[in-house]
Amino acid sequence: MTENNERRVVSVIVVNEASVLSRITNLFSGRGYNITSLTVAPIPDSKYSRLTIVTKGSVRVIEQITKQLHKLIPVLRVYEHDDIVEKEMALVKFPITENLSDINTLCEAYNGKIVNVGDTVIIAMVADEPKRVENFLSAIKRYNPKEIVRSGAVALER
Amino acid sequence: MQMSGAQMVIEAFIAEGVDTVFGYPGGAIMNVYDEIYKQDGFKHILNRHEQASIHAAEGYAKVSGKVGVAMITSGPGFTNAVTGLADAYMDSIPLVVVSGQVPMSLIGTDGFQEIDAIGISRPCTKHNYLVTDAADLPRILKEAFYIARTGRPGPVHVDIPKDVTAQIAEFDYTVELDLETYKPHTKGNPRQIKKAMEAIAKAKRPLFYLGGGIINSNAADEVRDFVHKCGIPAVETFMARGVLSFDDDLLVGMLGMHGSYSSNMAMSETDLVIGLGARFDDRVTGKLSEFAKNADVIHVDIDPASISKLVNADYPIVGDLKQVVTEMLLQIEKVDSDNYESWRETINNFAELHPLTYHEDTDRIKPQWVIERVGQLLGTNANISTDVGQHQMWSAQFYPFSRPRQFISSGGLGTMGFGFPAAIGVKAADPERTSINFTGDGSILMNVQELMTAVEKKIPVINIILNNNFLGMVRQWQTLFYDKRHSETDLSVQPDFVKLSEAFGGIGYRVKTKEEFDAALKDAVEKNVVAFIEVIVERMENVMPMVPSGGSLFNMMLLEKKETK
Repeated sequence: MTENNERRVVSVIVVNEASVLSRITNLFSGRGYNITSLTVAPIPDSKYSRLTIVTKGSVRVIEQITKQLHKLIPVLRVYEHDDIVEKEMALVKFPITENLSDINTLCEAYNGKIVNVGDTVIIAMVADEPKRVENFLSAIKRYNPKEIVRSGAVALER
Repeated sequence: MQMSGAQMVIEAFIAEGVDTVFGYPGGAIMNVYDEIYKQDGFKHILNRHEQASIHAAEGYAKVSGKVGVAMITSGPGFTNAVTGLADAYMDSIPLVVVSGQVPMSLIGTDGFQEIDAIGISRPCTKHNYLVTDAADLPRILKEAFYIARTGRPGPVHVDIPKDVTAQIAEFDYTVELDLETYKPHTKGNPRQIKKAMEAIAKAKRPLFYLGGGIINSNAADEVRDFVHKCGIPAVETFMARGVLSFDDDLLVGMLGMHGSYSSNMAMSETDLVIGLGARFDDRVTGKLSEFAKNADVIHVDIDPASISKLVNADYPIVGDLKQVVTEMLLQIEKVDSDNYESWRETINNFAELHPLTYHEDTDRIKPQWVIERVGQLLGTNANISTDVGQHQMWSAQFYPFSRPRQFISSGGLGTMGFGFPAAIGVKAADPERTSINFTGDGSILMNVQELMTAVEKKIPVINIILNNNFLGMVRQWQTLFYDKRHSETDLSVQPDFVKLSEAFGGIGYRVKTKEEFDAALKDAVEKNVVAFIEVIVERMENVMPMVPSGGSLFNMMLLEKKETK
């Protein structure tokens, strides 16, 4: 297929039960599709969980996957988003010898702050649009980050 | 009532009205087999391979319209069954398959005969369960049967660890199902139905494209009525054979790779495809960009994922066919069958130009003749199973099917070895009719051990082996597309099929002439025991017409014109 591979965000509401995650990821892996990020957490006061899946693929194949997701017995609802609010969190570990006020200023520009200070390292947190999180991670390279962890995107329709 | 998990399986089967279970015992499922020994609510048929158990349950389900049931053990028992599960999934056959599993405490330890069964069955079942508490079993089994038979039907797999089958818990099968996330949509959207009917009324060259979903939805009567009231010609998919009777004037034929010239031309020329329960499979459409190129598409299907999957539907209708077609019939006055007179004429001309036929120009019997002959002799009184290959296509082309559920074949997965065990299941479900399995010299050896099952349970399946000493369909492709390099398809070295059948206690015939064939078939039907009729047929016969893989439907390789026949 020569269709363009676009970034797509798919949210899935599923019954919170064993093996449901592999049912969902199977539909992607069976087509050779990579999942860029995936988050899952229970929805408060219900038997359901919400997944947010970020993937890349042709519109046609993603449409087919969302239909197949619908078909899975434990799936309640599938949203394929266009108009959404999307956020992602990142944690970064820096040596304590780096310029902490620079780091703190950068974090604040990306809805974050320094969240932990140890004997040899500090941990900073930011939460913003995935694209902006990427910008942040690129900007802090000069401060010698020792470890970076990203949460993967969560999204809600407007 | 308090009982063990094993007893619950039995009680649930009885509550579901199961009368036949196909299976094979083993370590992890022994507790359930112990309960099978003690009960008389249903009969158990011991196949000689787990794959055959699933195919037999498929044959049973396809002929009866009920849920087929099979039972197998863990590990190799389960992995042997996987081909059957995949086959049932592809062809939307309702099954409940119960497998044993190692005890909970051993799961994940590489225990003896342990395999991650639900991990393997996930992509080839409609749904599956690992039961971790016997208290869940009544609900799970009830859900399994419900899910298998509703919506787009399919196989459901229930994996039960051995200690769960021994565990005592409360059994109450009257529990109400609460499947908030599974609610198949059966009623078609009235606005879409209205629009579709208007499109039919406006079309100049409309064509019914009938699929196997009609049979699953038991909607053949309604569809026949609909087709006739519209006066619109119809093509059938392989899976839909028998929806219209072979002698129906409006039946153009089967379409697709080995469809008739007239069917494929009709599909290429139509301006409105009326797709009912068909899924635009690649063996049907050929080259997608050329398929029904100038047509709008009405697509009725219970499975939303099948609609606009390959061919865009201009009038998508999600719903149960029986209900949707019944709704459509209420608006039938919109359609005037006289409008399609010249279109019907056009299609008749296609059929006259290149009729579906064959030439009797060799000394050896032509395989197509055998199929036609069985049709003449047994007609509607036989259920026809097949294996996979040339004989399967000839069966679909030349047998005079007159009713739905008469033709049982592995369509989607194309599983060699399907036919014989399926025909056993067919006979178990419909003992009054003769159960024929058309097979080839390649396919029959893939589940030949079922001779023992058929002999033991006195299930008189007649296997007609069209023997061309080739893996015929692959040989045909090699001849046509691989410059006659017949790589590993020459099956000249063969068993003595007559002795093979006799060795298991069946009967066998080896026939070379038409007279011998008639006599053998008559004798086999009368003797009413499992039989092999080996027919020595023309070796190099090809299935024609043929749309080469990936080609357009209207570019068919055709039978050479000759005077004979």
